[in-house]
Amino acid sequence: MTASSSDLALDVMGLNKAFGGLKVTQDISLSVRPGERRLIIGPNGAGKTTLFNQISGDMRPNAGKIKLFGQDVTRLAPYQRAHLGLSRTYQIITLFAGDTLEHNVTLGLLGLLPSRWQMWRPLSSYRDLASEARRTLDSVGLLQLAEHPVSELAYGEKRRVELAMALSQKPRVLLLDEPLAGLSDSERATVKALIASISKNVTVVMIEHDMDTALDLAETVTLLNYGRVIVDGERDKVIADKRTREVYLGA
Amino acid sequence: MKWFAGAIIAAVLLLPPLFAGDFYVNLASQILIAAIFALSLNLLVGFGGMTSLGHASYLGVAAYLSALLTSRYGFGHGTAALLSILGTVAMAAFFGVIALRATGLGFLMITLALSQVLWGLAYRMSDVTNGDNGITGLTRPAPFGISLDSPVAFYWFALIVAVIAFVMMAIFVSSSFGSSLKGVRDQPRRMAALGFNPWMIRWITFIYAGFWGAVAGLLYVYYNKYIHPTSLSTTSSAEALLGVIAGGSGTLGGPAVGAALVLLLKNYASAYIERWNMLLGLVFLFIVLVMPTGIVPGVHKLVERLRGRSS
Repeated sequence: MTASSSDLALDVMGLNKAFGGLKVTQDISLSVRPGERRLIIGPNGAGKTTLFNQISGDMRPNAGKIKLFGQDVTRLAPYQRAHLGLSRTYQIITLFAGDTLEHNVTLGLLGLLPSRWQMWRPLSSYRDLASEARRTLDSVGLLQLAEHPVSELAYGEKRRVELAMALSQKPRVLLLDEPLAGLSDSERATVKALIASISKNVTVVMIEHDMDTALDLAETVTLLNYGRVIVDGERDKVIADKRTREVYLGA
Repeated sequence: MKWFAGAIIAAVLLLPPLFAGDFYVNLASQILIAAIFALSLNLLVGFGGMTSLGHASYLGVAAYLSALLTSRYGFGHGTAALLSILGTVAMAAFFGVIALRATGLGFLMITLALSQVLWGLAYRMSDVTNGDNGITGLTRPAPFGISLDSPVAFYWFALIVAVIAFVMMAIFVSSSFGSSLKGVRDQPRRMAALGFNPWMIRWITFIYAGFWGAVAGLLYVYYNKYIHPTSLSTTSSAEALLGVIAGGSGTLGGPAVGAALVLLLKNYASAYIERWNMLLGLVFLFIVLVMPTGIVPGVHKLVERLRGRSS
């Protein structure tokens, strides 16, 4: 029995994307239940980030459908999907380097508010936005750096700002693209705890290579290779599967 | 320090009409007009990351509209000003739709092409625009019955408009919308993922910049009492762009300083040196080499360094 798509947080159906002759997404279908923790794994070039880019709307698929809580979003622009509760982080850090942490997170908050169109009132006068931004920064342990520009931060701290920006939007579906990439062991533990503490109201889909850490966070796992879904299902079953070993984990 | 700088700026702005002769007061008025124009272009270039080489379109079209409405169709200055601005803003909205299909160099080329079309029309549609002869015999408005015909009276008028323009644009860039604009300039993809509509933000800014370009155009035609196709030329757009870059794009004071520099070189140096364009080139070379971010950020950095050394 498969759940009907309106019961699903994210429903990807028959997605195809090609760059010229290179098929980077081949007939991918995914069903993610609300509150689920889904880990997407696969070797480099398997099409993981391309899949994220199509879900977030940065790229248009050649064929297939993407539904968010039953609503077809395949043709919607990225900003429209954000307003339907989709947030993401980037594998390559995409922050506003010259601006303070508080300003970065404030932009995250502002993106979903009608006041983003306001032209006659300084942004700094929205005290409620600033304090909300600080609360979010506190939740990722960066409150003490709120007034500092992002460019002064260490790499691991920038990763956490990425996360704070996405979390500030109170998303219903959160896409995390390699949130642990390039982190030291202690930073890894911090970010892992952070991800683990995300409310179960949020559906989390995560791309990650660090299996030791990421598997603890996942309930279900999807293995991609050459743009296809190879194995998909409960974490332990996918890990035990012989194809997973062949393609990804090694003997 | 801040109030000290403020006091100097206020003195520079308030003193010319009291001491200087007509020549310098007129020069000061022209600087104010060029400053408004450069500030409006800076909304696109500095805060929006949209480098336009066609901003003279808005100055020129507003000026031509006002000239035609008052001289040919007998409108009063108030109505003519309103209609000119409305017409120019509508044109900016339309041009924005075309130009914003591209970004970067493509955007620049489209704005250049559109302004060239207008320049060509101004030259060739001589039954409307009087072609190369321009439209002469225009008058200045008399707001609240105060004549602006004397250089000093016009200077005060231009100063009031310039201060309003500066304050409005300062508020604009510090607002939520201004922050969104800067965000879209720096990280358009991220901004879209956060729920901002980058295209709409750029388009609204394009129109707003067109509005202030139109205001500069009205002052321009009031000042000169004459309008010629050169006001729509690429040279006119390029001078403003040079002013923005030389002064410091993306700062509030920079474009005003840069515009003043261009105008001073053009009007003052050209009296002594025939090839003032060459001098302009050398000055820009110097600025680009010594202060690549522009005069205002460059001087700011210099002052910081000197203060750091003295303390």
